[in-house]
Amino acid sequence: MTAREDWWYDEAAGPLVRPYAMVRGRTRPNAPDLHLVTQVRASSFASDQTSLTVEHREIMALCARPLSVAEVAAYLDVPLVVVKVLLSDLIERGDVIVQNSSPQIPDRDLLQAVLDGVRGI
Amino acid sequence: MVFVGSDGRLTVPTAVKIVIAGGFGTGKTTMVGSVSEIPPLKTEELLTEAGVHVDDLAGIEGKDTTTVALDFGRITINTKVVLYLFGTPGQNRFWFMWDELATGAIGAVVLVDTRRLDSSFPSIDFFEHRGIPFVVAVNCFDGAQLYTVDEVRHALDLDDGIPVVLCDARDRESSKSVLVGLIQHSMNRLEAAV
Repeated sequence: MTAREDWWYDEAAGPLVRPYAMVRGRTRPNAPDLHLVTQVRASSFASDQTSLTVEHREIMALCARPLSVAEVAAYLDVPLVVVKVLLSDLIERGDVIVQNSSPQIPDRDLLQAVLDGVRGI
Repeated sequence: MVFVGSDGRLTVPTAVKIVIAGGFGTGKTTMVGSVSEIPPLKTEELLTEAGVHVDDLAGIEGKDTTTVALDFGRITINTKVVLYLFGTPGQNRFWFMWDELATGAIGAVVLVDTRRLDSSFPSIDFFEHRGIPFVVAVNCFDGAQLYTVDEVRHALDLDDGIPVVLCDARDRESSKSVLVGLIQHSMNRLEAAV
């Protein structure tokens, strides 16, 4: 038997840590206003990350550029509810900054910008 | 909870979204993929069978839970604005997700397959009842245009004010023009409202 065959944990076996263990069973994020498209980004004043879990650090790395909550969940491959809890931890620490409004119906100027942008792709 | 949109040096963009709806197999993910700047992403939400968010794990083992998958894409408009395109979950029982998707959306594209017109009825009803701007896009599979725009409008019993267009969801330019039509429709609706 080769060493490789000893590895029972592979991609097909699923994650080693069950998603809800990452958040210690919490499903209610402290930040209630995190929606699918809410933009998050790692703060330039992020605190010491040594006390953070692997998942928190992965989020910090992903959010070096602004991303939506849905993108963070997709790239991390965890359910939305889990990523919302992890993000709210980071927001509380001041390590992640967040878009400060709920989804609103765009006004005319915003619609015009989107129209120009889509035409330009 | 302090919500901050900047930390003095960095800011976050404004996010807007468009919903791509329609029955199963009408080409929603295809349309998302043809205009998105990234390969469509998938994210999952955990729901109970009752269709509500799971917000407490106590006793969850005994409940029937299910995950609902959402496909979405992204178009960076400029440094300040980013547009997301969300395909609706195929199963109509996940209305909870539809509400979250539709809240604050620019509007919706309802994709129609003329071989299965009735599969579009729930989407059209949803956006009509909530007053969300939408356009109907007839996805011409394999170039097969079985009906005219007027025939589709009549068959779906649509108001004259609702744009109906033909498209090929696989084609980037075609999908782009559907989105442009929707955004213009939303702007017209906004102007009519003031």
